Amino acid sequence: MRKRILPAILLCCALTGLALAAACGDDDSGGSKTLTVITHDSFNLTEDLIKGFEKDNGVTVKLLPKGDAGAMITSVILSKDHPEGDMLFGVDNTFLSRALDADVFVAYSSPLLNKVPNDLQKDGSNKVTPIDYGYVNFNYDSDALKKANLQPPKTLEDLTDPKFKGKVVVENPATSSTGLAFLVATVDYFGKDGYIDWWKKMRANDLKVVDGWETAYNTNFTLKGGQQPIVLSYASSPAFEQMFAKTPRADSPTGNVLPPKGVFRQIEYAGILKGTKNEKLARKFIDFLLSKAVQEDVPGQMAVYPVNTDAAVPEAFAKFGKVDVAAANVSAKDIAASRDRWIDEWTKAVLR
Amino acid sequence: MWAVSLLLLGPPLAFLGVFLLYPLQGILRESFFREGASLTDLRPLIDDTFYLERAWFTLWQAALSTILTLAVALPCAFVLARYDFRGKSSLMAVATVPFVLPTIVVAVAFTALLGPSGAANAALMDLFDLETPPIQVLDTLWIILIAHVFYNFAMAARIIAAYWTNLDPRMADASAMLGAGRVETFFRVTLPLLRAPILAAGSLVFLFCFTSFGVILILGGPRYGTIETEIYHETVFLFRLPVAATLALIQIVFTFFVMATYASLQRTAPRAAIERRRERRWSAADRLVVASAVGGMLLATLLPLGALVERSVHSVDGYTLHFYQTLGENVRKQILFVTPLTAVRNSIGFALLTLVLALPIGTLAAYGSVRLRRHGALVEALLLLPLGVSAITLGLGFIVTLNRPPLDLRGSWMMLVIAHTLVAYPFVARTVGSQLRGMDPRLREAARVLGASPGRVFLEVDVPLIWRSLAAGAVFAFAVSMGEFGATLLIARPEWPTIPIAIFRYLNQPGALQYGQALAMSVILMGVTAAGFLLLDCLRYREIGAF
Repeated sequence: MRKRILPAILLCCALTGLALAAACGDDDSGGSKTLTVITHDSFNLTEDLIKGFEKDNGVTVKLLPKGDAGAMITSVILSKDHPEGDMLFGVDNTFLSRALDADVFVAYSSPLLNKVPNDLQKDGSNKVTPIDYGYVNFNYDSDALKKANLQPPKTLEDLTDPKFKGKVVVENPATSSTGLAFLVATVDYFGKDGYIDWWKKMRANDLKVVDGWETAYNTNFTLKGGQQPIVLSYASSPAFEQMFAKTPRADSPTGNVLPPKGVFRQIEYAGILKGTKNEKLARKFIDFLLSKAVQEDVPGQMAVYPVNTDAAVPEAFAKFGKVDVAAANVSAKDIAASRDRWIDEWTKAVLR
Repeated sequence: MWAVSLLLLGPPLAFLGVFLLYPLQGILRESFFREGASLTDLRPLIDDTFYLERAWFTLWQAALSTILTLAVALPCAFVLARYDFRGKSSLMAVATVPFVLPTIVVAVAFTALLGPSGAANAALMDLFDLETPPIQVLDTLWIILIAHVFYNFAMAARIIAAYWTNLDPRMADASAMLGAGRVETFFRVTLPLLRAPILAAGSLVFLFCFTSFGVILILGGPRYGTIETEIYHETVFLFRLPVAATLALIQIVFTFFVMATYASLQRTAPRAAIERRRERRWSAADRLVVASAVGGMLLATLLPLGALVERSVHSVDGYTLHFYQTLGENVRKQILFVTPLTAVRNSIGFALLTLVLALPIGTLAAYGSVRLRRHGALVEALLLLPLGVSAITLGLGFIVTLNRPPLDLRGSWMMLVIAHTLVAYPFVARTVGSQLRGMDPRLREAARVLGASPGRVFLEVDVPLIWRSLAAGAVFAFAVSMGEFGATLLIARPEWPTIPIAIFRYLNQPGALQYGQALAMSVILMGVTAAGFLLLDCLRYREIGAF
């Protein structure tokens, strides 16, 4: 019997050895300086750009994704006394106040900010630097609407029409930053007293609510085999659908609904974390993020728009992702002050 | 006796203390005693019956899910334990695969299958000439229950079958001889004898459903919530840490008491002599039983999994392998790009390391707590705590405590293995523990009397008997790690992307390519996991040391 156990034990040991070897194979102990950037799960850039920064500054850049934007900011605030990284990328204007209130940043004003429009800077109060932005708005599936003999909606009011009954899916603002951003936009669009009525009408019109963008877009949107031809997504999504279609196509299968003030502009910021020993490098990294090269890279990597006005956007973004209407105008401070109440009112009106 | 138990329990308790209790106390303290914190922060908990409703829902959906899962698992376990047939390992491997799938991927499968325009509804509407889709389960309680059964039934069946296989059939034979019918024999002889593994499986399933997160949020829709989803919401969205911490504590205390009750029930479970199953001829009834069980299991798992495979090769212009072929191409030259090979290698590496840690820790925990006469149930409940702790709470706990030497593990890949082990070892402890408990102590005593040394007794008596359970535990440890239970713990490491991480990266961007590649990656996850299960099963079905 021992004969049979021994090979099994040996096999286990061999596997362990293999696994350890695989795991320890290329550990990141360079010896040079390391700049640790805390970010969210959606972060990405072209590798060569980061490599270039590393080479120019003799530093290793370590990226540390920490869940979604909300989880990221919570973990940064809680580890304030022993910061895990030198800087943070990806806090947006719906969560910004929480980070500013917790006082986790060191102030920095990049010289490149002169390339950034003022209204993108006003919420940051010199503590954080805007890097990119996106618009939260409705997308529609062109073919599905055509099949149902429907014209794409133009305004948010259109969506309460019975012909769109059961055809709209949104993300729950209590569990999704996309949903929250749009809820804020409706407050501005309909006014503090009127927004909830619109939501009530939407509910009566069989509005579909799901937990997050991934679910809405990948399971509910008709484009992916779901039931709703109108989905709360981003203005850049149609551009991505064109760029990453399976077979190259000249148009996009989806389009944007862009009512004036009925879209939310989500700005993503970077900031240097208090307690860093690499403040200089972190500043350089922020300048790097604002540089033309990186700014022209962010649309194709993260489906967002560059803040630097010198940066050109990909053709698909100019064609299918152009937003020429005003976004809802709500400051990060106002969002912070009323966010919980709006979510609460929304939950009572739409879900209960 | 005490000393030996403590010696055995030392390593698991130390592991638990350092990697669970220490981070937990850190985050709880941080939450309750932050600057400006006061008792009034907890007002929402008292003022609003909402939380009470959530807690009540959490409880009953978990209980119902557990009962349903066991009801499905028992017949499967019976067939697995009592019959030998070709393809048994493959069947079990396939049936256990759902356990590792990310919820969003399962949501895609269920929508393709059970959605209003899904395959099942289309077929039914066609068949019966219906106007509206007859199956309306999405966003209802039903889909939560179905998903919980889908995720867990094979796991429960494995635990029960591992024990049942070793059960002496002569007890049932004797009962039949004395005139009892098959039904009566089952309820009065077999079922009581199976109490230990049923309780073990039931408690694990209950814990998983009790702390259910993705299934509730993604499949259940916005009207449902568990304590776990509320903790996440309070922490991340409302930043009301004291409320979140209180909920987390309630969850932990509740878990502890439920598990202690289970453990003490299990302690009084009858013991059965152990005997190998005999080969026998199959009657027509046997064939029918096996065929229907196998058919049911295949239907329940292959349909959703098949739907995923179908979607992964589906594109606007017909069927294609395009999404698989392009998986390895870093078209956008991304810094955080993952080739499928890297992801597979990392996932397997982490899973093996998790096995290596979880098997000894779980086995020691099982031996230690079985030997304890007094307070054994409490110790067992304590050892199961990792399954009742909220992922976001623990993740933040890691961040606030394991952040300075000698335990600065935040940037380390070891944290991932530790987190996986934390969830994996309770499975090993449960499966091995229920087997040990069912073991007749006279077997060991006989060996000792015949002059065997304790080491030899362990190798020649214990090991052959717990081997199946150990193999079952290994399957779970492997599955826990492959399913990437660290993702929500905020400890994902970009240098070590696993398959589930790669799936998430594709799924959080629009585009037909990204969607197709996410599903292609999911199919790879299914394949790799199934292969892993098959390999581990080879160990299990090797008959070692039959007396």
